[in-house]
Amino acid sequence: MKSARPHPAWAPWFFLAPFLLLFAAFFAWPLVRAAVLSLEQTYGPGVGVFVGFRNFAFLARDPLFWTALRNTAVFTVGSLLIQMPVALGLAILLNRPSLRGRAVFRLIFFSPALIGMVFAATLFTLIFEKQTGLVNFALHSLFRGWNPDFPWLEDYLMASLILAALWLYAGFNMVYFLAALQNVPQEQLDAASIDGAGPWGRFRHVTLPAIRPVAGFIVMLSIAGSFQIFVLPYVMFLRTGGAGPLNRGLTVVMYLYKTGFLIGDLGYASAIGWVLALLLVAIALLHRALSRGETQ
Amino acid sequence: MNARRLARVLGRPLLYAFLVLFAALTAVPFAWMITSAFKSGGDFFLSLFLPAGNGFLGVAWDHLTLDNFRRLFREVPMARSLVNSVFLASVTSLFATLCGAMGGYALSRFEFRGRGLLTSLVLGTAILPVPLLLAPRFELIYHLHLLDTFAGYLLPQLAPAFGVFLFRQAMLNHIPAEIIESARLEGCGEIRIFFTLVLPLVRPMVGAFIIITFLGVWNDFIGPQIILQSAGRQPLAVTLAGLGSNYGNDYGMMMAGTLVSVAPIICLFLLLQKEFISGLTSGTVKG
Repeated sequence: MKSARPHPAWAPWFFLAPFLLLFAAFFAWPLVRAAVLSLEQTYGPGVGVFVGFRNFAFLARDPLFWTALRNTAVFTVGSLLIQMPVALGLAILLNRPSLRGRAVFRLIFFSPALIGMVFAATLFTLIFEKQTGLVNFALHSLFRGWNPDFPWLEDYLMASLILAALWLYAGFNMVYFLAALQNVPQEQLDAASIDGAGPWGRFRHVTLPAIRPVAGFIVMLSIAGSFQIFVLPYVMFLRTGGAGPLNRGLTVVMYLYKTGFLIGDLGYASAIGWVLALLLVAIALLHRALSRGETQ
Repeated sequence: MNARRLARVLGRPLLYAFLVLFAALTAVPFAWMITSAFKSGGDFFLSLFLPAGNGFLGVAWDHLTLDNFRRLFREVPMARSLVNSVFLASVTSLFATLCGAMGGYALSRFEFRGRGLLTSLVLGTAILPVPLLLAPRFELIYHLHLLDTFAGYLLPQLAPAFGVFLFRQAMLNHIPAEIIESARLEGCGEIRIFFTLVLPLVRPMVGAFIIITFLGVWNDFIGPQIILQSAGRQPLAVTLAGLGSNYGNDYGMMMAGTLVSVAPIICLFLLLQKEFISGLTSGTVKG
């Protein structure tokens, strides 16, 4: 039976109106402007000169951009390689109904995800300080051979950045993995045990295939987030101009921010934004192609 | 057989030892921040956490001081920033949730021309990175003469494409079309249906989305950094980042400022754990 009384024609538009108006003004229109701006050279808002594709041509040969891209890629890959196994490992350890204090552990591991990047970065600036910082202080107390002047924020920028991001997001990703682990069929695990499979065999042949779709999603989300990293390094390396010595801490979005808002070239910043968008879309398409291939 | 039993007997304590170690590593930065905030400059360098002394548990409790907090609120517009953060985060979470819920409702429970196109438009733009919009949005806010105003920061936050998507999913799953139809038959108005029938049915999503929006604005740095320039309008995130340039070597001050900035969120989290976790991880497993 079809509905006796249809909704009035205005109803959906009434509910959509506030969102649509704001979306058009502050999302769709800026997106159009981002395309136009990327073909201009500007000196602050409102003062632009059309330069065609020169921004992109310049970008391709801009050594600072390539430095930023390389740093960002190093951070993304390093972060992924360390964070994913830690997050998955913690999730597997916590995924036992008989485990006592499961909720408390989950709470503790998750809690850093609440801390904003600025606040975490402020904390980690001091944690990685020479002599007095928590890391150097603790390592020197434990191992007398450790150099208390170890230059985390001067020479090991990406390592300290990856560690800070690990603290922030390992527990967050763990919660995703925990949810994914609920899809692992217990009967298959039992059957594998009876067939004589060890923990590793069960993980490889039962657990991993079952969580693969969600794992793929987490990896993609993590890559997209890492590629946009800005505030964490910017505040952590603020004393060295946000980018660290020799721009070793410069990331793509940090470069975008600096050209757009410290130098005032909104056009060049938009060009950087488009390259970033293209990279992310390419990664998303790759993920889609890969996950399609798996389900077939 | 024996090896397996040994592993089982040893496994439990080993598992707990490992988990406790990891929990400690996670908690240590928090503990360091909190203890540092209550230490004077001299004590900071002498001990890792609490200053050693002859008091209870071998701690010099009388060395702990509120001096950092006093100076923080006296020398820096910290109280103002705290109020600004609460204001911006509350207003945004309230109105963005309303906008998102209404949009999601329209896209999930109504049939109209252009629905498919609108839905894919909203979903398609969600993949674009926010930094791409920084420059054109700044330009737009400048032309609207809204630079350095709360409205200039707030307005773009109130159209959450992701929220529309989440609410659309939640309403497709949790609101049977028959309920809405029978309410209509009984003569219930469209707006009343939305507020008294639809919203209560997706209450978990409403709570989760309010929380993620609140958290997102509280922790946002780049938005207010670009739009809100005068000190009296800045939220905690911007004020704290600025603190480093004047008080970078004053560890007690820095940690007191960080503690003041994160304590409200941690308190909220302890009160609403379930909503926080489901909110922050929404849209993946269910979607």
